[in-house]
Amino acid sequence: MHDMGCAITDKALLDVQSLSVHFGSVSDPVRAVDGVDFHIFPGEIVALVGESGSGKSISALSLARLIPEPAGRIVDGRIIFQGLEVLKLKSSELRKLRGARIAYIFQEPATSLNPVYTVGWQIGEAIRLHRKGVKVKAEVAKLLAAVGLPDPARAAGAYPHELSGGMQQRAMIAMALACNPDLLVADEPTTALDVTVQKQILDLLVELREKRGLSILLITHNLGIVANVADRVYVMNNGKIVESGETKTVLRTPQHEYTRKLLKAVPRLHKTA
Amino acid sequence: MNELLQVENVSVRYGALEAVRGVSLVLAAGETLGLVGESGCGKSSLGRAVLALEPVAAGRVMFDGNSVTALKGAALKQFRRQAQMVFQDPFGSLNPRMSVGSAIEEVLFVHGIGASRTTRRDRAAELFRDVGLDENWLGRYPHEFSGGQRQRIGIARALALEPKLLVADEPVSALDVSVQADIIQLLKRIQRARGLAYLFIGHDLAVVREMSDRIAVMFKGEIVETGTSDQVCDNPQHSYTQKLLSAVPDIDKALA
Ligand SMILES: Nc1ncnc2c1ncn2[C@@H]1O[C@H](COP(=O)(O)OP(=O)(O)OP(=O)(O)O)[C@@H](O)[C@H]1O
Ligand SMILES: Nc1ncnc2c1ncn2[C@@H]1O[C@H](COP(=O)(O)OP(=O)(O)OP(=O)(O)O)[C@@H](O)[C@H]1O
Ligand SMILES: [Mg+2]
Ligand SMILES: [Mg+2]
Repeated sequence: MHDMGCAITDKALLDVQSLSVHFGSVSDPVRAVDGVDFHIFPGEIVALVGESGSGKSISALSLARLIPEPAGRIVDGRIIFQGLEVLKLKSSELRKLRGARIAYIFQEPATSLNPVYTVGWQIGEAIRLHRKGVKVKAEVAKLLAAVGLPDPARAAGAYPHELSGGMQQRAMIAMALACNPDLLVADEPTTALDVTVQKQILDLLVELREKRGLSILLITHNLGIVANVADRVYVMNNGKIVESGETKTVLRTPQHEYTRKLLKAVPRLHKTA
Repeated sequence: MNELLQVENVSVRYGALEAVRGVSLVLAAGETLGLVGESGCGKSSLGRAVLALEPVAAGRVMFDGNSVTALKGAALKQFRRQAQMVFQDPFGSLNPRMSVGSAIEEVLFVHGIGASRTTRRDRAAELFRDVGLDENWLGRYPHEFSGGQRQRIGIARALALEPKLLVADEPVSALDVSVQADIIQLLKRIQRARGLAYLFIGHDLAVVREMSDRIAVMFKGEIVETGTSDQVCDNPQHSYTQKLLSAVPDIDKALA
């Protein structure tokens, strides 16, 4: 065996090292992400949890360099995805990475879907771009049904504003899966879904991991979801990762004060004495 | 009757689609009614109809004894001040070209609250602190915040006018459980102090239970079950409610 650092880079699908992202002025920046390390192995579901505003979304967006520049700047670190140095890629190489290999379910679907195209057209476009030879219309219908939309034909013909919050979220999920990615970055993918549809979506993601070896970075505030689906978890607070490990170990025996505070605040449906 | 809000047989249509079908409910001052249900069953449509942000195809909404649909001019403006909404999509409900501080100050100005610019600015800062945001960020634009921060800005803006009724559409879904608990306490504190009534729409049943006196369960445009929070959560009657309760991802079971 090699030493640990080397082994991770060799075997991991994604390896992020001392990533820092700043916003605002250079002299007094907002340190949104402040020296973060994490990795994901092929077929792994890794959760990223933490305080609102702690840098989860910005860390996730950095992976395919989707940070709004020049306001935001990756000032330090390495991102190695499938052996590629993401921070050194040319824009043509980046375009190939986005969508095709790393797909995103963005946190706010209403603002990520294009308001002037129907949902079916947008999902179809993702298929046309990334999966040559696939029958577009049939695949769109299949995806919309897979994410639990009760009337896929109506959803396909609808503009985003004609769908409810949770239907938009499911359209967003279908669009991300349309690209057939290797890594799915799912930023709060089920917040607008009732728990029965939520369960259906989580089952779908787990199935894609089993069948295709899809790797998933799952950002969520719902520790019940983390406990049920994630292999490992990273806990973020104030731009830094404060704790990480096997999901059950971290949630059963949290070491960091912030993780303990978080676990204490989990709302329970049925009060136990 | 001294109900603050009475919804009587309200229907909402989008073309051929009847999203809300003959829904009736009542809400008293100082009370919280939780509204849960399948994604796409019509909760947001109903919430918007209550606030006259969506036309009703049938039925009526009564607020303080007056029909909301008939309101015009000064009376409508007065209603807009007293009945506020926290939107499900915070980004879409914020003006991207205005700093969030200016947006809150403008709401106050339009409704004639705060004698001077300084008092309005102080009030905006106070609201920001209340929802756990740094008042030094009032000059930032909506896109410069995280999802959960934007959600709290929506709450701050809705509370700015000290409404009597707040329709809160998934108001804490983007918050970590610790901040979420703080916001729930804030909403309850304001309710006790001012008798504010909440129509609280949510998917997290534990949160809805914690917030609500009563819960209404909606399914395919209709209310299929109503009861006290304890009744609905401990002894659900409708099969959809039972299905819903059994699908909650349980952290304790997963870790056991
Ligand atoms: N464009 C921007 N300009 C300035 N600051 C920004 C910008 N975008 C994000 N930030 C700040 O960076 C920090 C991290 O934001 P991020 O969106 O990563 O948080 P998050 O962990 O995803 O939070 P949430 O759970 O609320 O979505 C926040 O404090 C946010 O205010
Ligand atoms: N502007 C619109 N035009 C056409 N149809 C609409 C419009 N707004 C909502 N709908 C439809 O009305 C139905 C109810 O939507 P609504 O947003 O009220 O659901 P919801 O219960 O809030 O769902 P969610 O929990 O997913 O937010 C859905 O089928 C939706 O597609
Ligand atoms: Mg986020
Ligand atoms: Mg809704």
